[in-house]
Amino acid sequence: MNVAPVNTSFFRLNERAIDVVSLRRLLEDAHCGAVVGFDGVVRDHHGGRAVAALRYEAYAELAEREGEAIVVEALARFPVRRIVAEHRVGLLAVGTVAVFVGVAAAHRDAAFAACRFVIDEIKSRVPIWKHEHYADGAASWIHPD
Amino acid sequence: MRLHLRYFASLREAAGLESEVVEHLGDAVSLYEDRARRHAFRLPCDRVRLAVNGAIVAWSQPLQDGDEVVFLPPVSGG
Repeated sequence: MNVAPVNTSFFRLNERAIDVVSLRRLLEDAHCGAVVGFDGVVRDHHGGRAVAALRYEAYAELAEREGEAIVVEALARFPVRRIVAEHRVGLLAVGTVAVFVGVAAAHRDAAFAACRFVIDEIKSRVPIWKHEHYADGAASWIHPD
Repeated sequence: MRLHLRYFASLREAAGLESEVVEHLGDAVSLYEDRARRHAFRLPCDRVRLAVNGAIVAWSQPLQDGDEVVFLPPVSGG
């Protein structure tokens, strides 16, 4: 049976803790045999330096618009039913979930591919910036080449 | 024309401002170069994207009086 995506998919910014359990509940769907979730987590090192915390800043209006566009593109490109994506802003300690992408599809190939597409596009397009705070007290904005 | 600029990330930090209103005659590239000189932005224009009124546009798009202009440094979400 061929089933269309449902209109509960979204991308949004969150100033507070990402509730992965609640987001995963939004992916429950009797048509879907595969649920893939990606948690991007703050790690304690980057480029050989010890990282104490990260602060994410967003151009919120455009970030939400661009994130929504990525979700719409993924729904058109892959045979998946539901996509939920959330990105943190603000100061995050090591170990905190910074971004979650969850995809539900009838089959696993599409779920994996769509999840990978969404996180890769978020990282390359959505106007969110990472300010790294190092263990030695220094901090810097990350602007990849 | 009068333009409303907003700054984010390293550009906000370098400018010491979240926003400013400027009078400018010319295109978006000359606006960026003018602000880069004034605020000591280190990123060259070709590493920065342009957003006008909440949408990403080409640097060649003409600016209009009252536009909200945002220079987007390379993003690093995720």
